Amino acid sequence: MSIALTLIARDVRRGYAGGGAALVCGFFLLAVVLFPFAIGPDRAVLVRVGAGAIWVAALLAALLPVERLVAPDVESGWFDQIRVHGLSLPLVMALRIVAHWLAFAPPLMLAALVAAGLFGLEAAALVRVEAGLLLGTPGLAALAVATGALTAGLRGAGGLAGLLLLPLALPLLIFGAGSGDMGALKLLAAVSLMLVAGAPWVAAAAIRSVRD
Amino acid sequence: MRGGRLLFARLSLTLAEGEAAIVTGPNGVGKSSLLRLAAGLIAPFEGGVARTGRMALMTEDIALDPERRLGDALLFWGRLDRPADVRGRVAEALEAVGLAELAEVPVRLLSTGQRRRAALARVLAARAALWLLDEPGNGLDADGVAMLERVIAQHRADGGAVLLTTHQPLGLAEAKPLALDGFVPA
Repeated sequence: MSIALTLIARDVRRGYAGGGAALVCGFFLLAVVLFPFAIGPDRAVLVRVGAGAIWVAALLAALLPVERLVAPDVESGWFDQIRVHGLSLPLVMALRIVAHWLAFAPPLMLAALVAAGLFGLEAAALVRVEAGLLLGTPGLAALAVATGALTAGLRGAGGLAGLLLLPLALPLLIFGAGSGDMGALKLLAAVSLMLVAGAPWVAAAAIRSVRD
Repeated sequence: MRGGRLLFARLSLTLAEGEAAIVTGPNGVGKSSLLRLAAGLIAPFEGGVARTGRMALMTEDIALDPERRLGDALLFWGRLDRPADVRGRVAEALEAVGLAELAEVPVRLLSTGQRRRAALARVLAARAALWLLDEPGNGLDADGVAMLERVIAQHRADGGAVLLTTHQPLGLAEAKPLALDGFVPA
């Protein structure tokens, strides 16, 4: 097994271990279920707000694993050993984003099928939501990893992570929830790509500043 | 430098094959920082560190996933070191530190002394030329300290080099002493 696969396999295992993915999906579905209670059972309204509600729930669910994405490895000296092994920190963080996406996005996209049913979304709308999640969740995973690194070791990291992640995720929300046309999907992909490209460097710099 | 304070200056140390150096000094004088500097984790304010061959670092942070079984946690690092015969290397390392029977036990259930031994096993399994050991005897019982002296002697006999910090006397033959006293010459 190559070094990259070894690192990804470890992080994916940690993502699913202890019901981590199930917790994210459970929270996501619970948040989605709250919307019909809040805005009423009018089917036309539910269909209209469905995609937006699913994206808001996805953003909130993305916050849950942030605290355990990076901080435990900073505290245990794991990243020191990675550096002693001569591995590039930005590369390791890029692989962590891949692993986090694998542990976070597929279960979320499956749960989104259930959520779409709750809102009575039609097949075409469901496809658009799933396409938006497919394009947007890599950016969301990158933001989560970068935020996890920036808040590692800080007191009240969970709350701070929300304050950092949610504003930065606004472009994903705007283009994801409004992904009715190809233009929005292209913009969503561009934002997601930009976040995936930048987050490993931000995360690596944050980890170095904590340990140096 | 640490926190804007100069820890040591005009420090020169060379370690060849089979050599060991023991860094001593009071708390906070910079022993661990010296090891981190040697490992390349921090950069010197002035000067440099030159290394040949691979190195392995042991600090108070054991860097083993607490939820994984000890053997699997060591296999992870073994695969990063070199993929060849990783299971054999890990088994040998566990045997050498006296933890062979605990290979299937989750890391979180190990005692302090056993965790130190596990960290030493990670260093052993790496088969690195240079060992950087920060207070390796901390938390070890008398048998553990004897084991530590044994594996270090074997490593040196195999041509490896060791730089370690310690507060307790260790029986290492012909080790270079390096005492840090906090005095920084102007």
